[in-house]
Amino acid sequence: MLSTALTSQLVNLCAAVLLLLAFAMLAQRRTVALVDLFTAQGVALAISTLVVALNTGHGHMYYSAALTFALKVCALPWILRRLIRRLDVQWEAESRLDITATMIIGLLVVIFAFGLAEPISALATTITRATLGIALAIVLLSFLMMITRRKAISQVIGFLAMENGLFFAASSATYGMPMLIEFGIALDVLVAVFVLGVFFFQIREQFDSLDLHNLESLRDK
Amino acid sequence: MIVAATNQLLELALALLAAPLLLGWVNKCRAWLQNRSAPSIWLPYRNLHKLFHKDAVLADNASLLFRAAPYVVFGSMVVAAAIIPSVGTALPSAYVADAIALVGLFATARVFMSLAAMDIGTAFGTLGARREMMIGFLAEPALLMVIFTASLIASSTSLVAISTAFVTRELAIYPSLAFAAIAFMLVLLAENARIPVDNPATHLELTMIHEAMLLEYSARHLALMEWAAALKLFNYAAIGIALFVPWGIARGDAGYVELLAGAPILALKLLSFGAGLALIETLSAKLRIFRAPEFLATAFLFAVLGMLVHLLLGS
Repeated sequence: MLSTALTSQLVNLCAAVLLLLAFAMLAQRRTVALVDLFTAQGVALAISTLVVALNTGHGHMYYSAALTFALKVCALPWILRRLIRRLDVQWEAESRLDITATMIIGLLVVIFAFGLAEPISALATTITRATLGIALAIVLLSFLMMITRRKAISQVIGFLAMENGLFFAASSATYGMPMLIEFGIALDVLVAVFVLGVFFFQIREQFDSLDLHNLESLRDK
Repeated sequence: MIVAATNQLLELALALLAAPLLLGWVNKCRAWLQNRSAPSIWLPYRNLHKLFHKDAVLADNASLLFRAAPYVVFGSMVVAAAIIPSVGTALPSAYVADAIALVGLFATARVFMSLAAMDIGTAFGTLGARREMMIGFLAEPALLMVIFTASLIASSTSLVAISTAFVTRELAIYPSLAFAAIAFMLVLLAENARIPVDNPATHLELTMIHEAMLLEYSARHLALMEWAAALKLFNYAAIGIALFVPWGIARGDAGYVELLAGAPILALKLLSFGAGLALIETLSAKLRIFRAPEFLATAFLFAVLGMLVHLLLGS
């Protein structure tokens, strides 16, 4: 059992690390490094869930932490790395990306998210409610990352990071969702990655590249 | 009262004398890490000694500003050293200026240095001055945000009050301070012409910033400028220690014993700081000059994130 003060400090630390990693993802040009950052985000998420579980003693939070670790630290990064290797895009990087501008937009997004979350977290009763703003900021930052990227794999990683943010919001505002829903979402994410992996090969077959820019123009057939 | 005066004098003397030593230590660590034979740790002193004994050469069209700039730059660094608590917090002069004024002092030095570099009208001086101002205007807001974050936590902008507050309150994890510390380290690297932004060891590169501004100086003027650069590094290290690792700095009501104990603790912190700085410099490659804004934008981002995290989480 952890004391309440220490729990809130540790969860706050995890929240800050998650936010930092979301910004690092926003600024990272190379796809392979994005997978590493995503793995680190999974580790921070699992630790924060474990800390909440140790404090509250809720049995399902332990399962949730274990599930997070298995899925987001082991399975998904492994699948993504395998995909990157099979697609032979280890050395690919986003070329047109104005990092400074993206960072400043990201800061504004964070301020917006904090303002938005304040009245909601005032209603919550959990000790970790202050992190709701950070969770919302992670969701929006991942969304921003999906908007600014052109490579298909980066967009999928942005999508997965967004799910991380949602999961963190759930665990910080309400001590986690019911077990059944959590399993459902985990399965959904796993299936989504598989389906999108198939899409990658199809896109590359069609256009010889994973740049989604190609999808924007109409073609006569 | 006498203790406070002793503290003040001890601190000033220590800053003036130890600053070249710190520079020598960083250079030595860098040489060790890069498998070169290390220069003597006393080399900066010998350099200063040599320069002070030479005859100064001035360009024909040098104005009064050019001759006055080294004294202004050196003077503002000495004043800055006097208001940063490094050995003890019982500083009479610390009440004169807070951390924001400290940033202003650094800015004064920068402005005079850049003006003097442009004064002669050589291409290199102007180039260096422009680059210095580009780095400076990006680094300054980041430094201010770092100070604001610490001030919000300690509810004071005085460095003495901040370091006292951090030592006396109970130990807790402050993610916002961690962010601020990273931002401060990035600003330190940029402001002191260290490697990812500028290379302190070269005179023969088109990418140089700090050295380009000093090209026209010689003898005692150059000595003062170099001593001021060493003092600036020392000051930044002392600010970092006062903000982020203030344990061991003698408190306001301390006696001579604590004051004297503060000096070796400071020396220990500075030694590890120097080794860490050398490690960072060895591990990183010099950035293209147009990547420097990106580097400093990252510093600003870290500082603002620290502040936002503090405002939201209250920690």
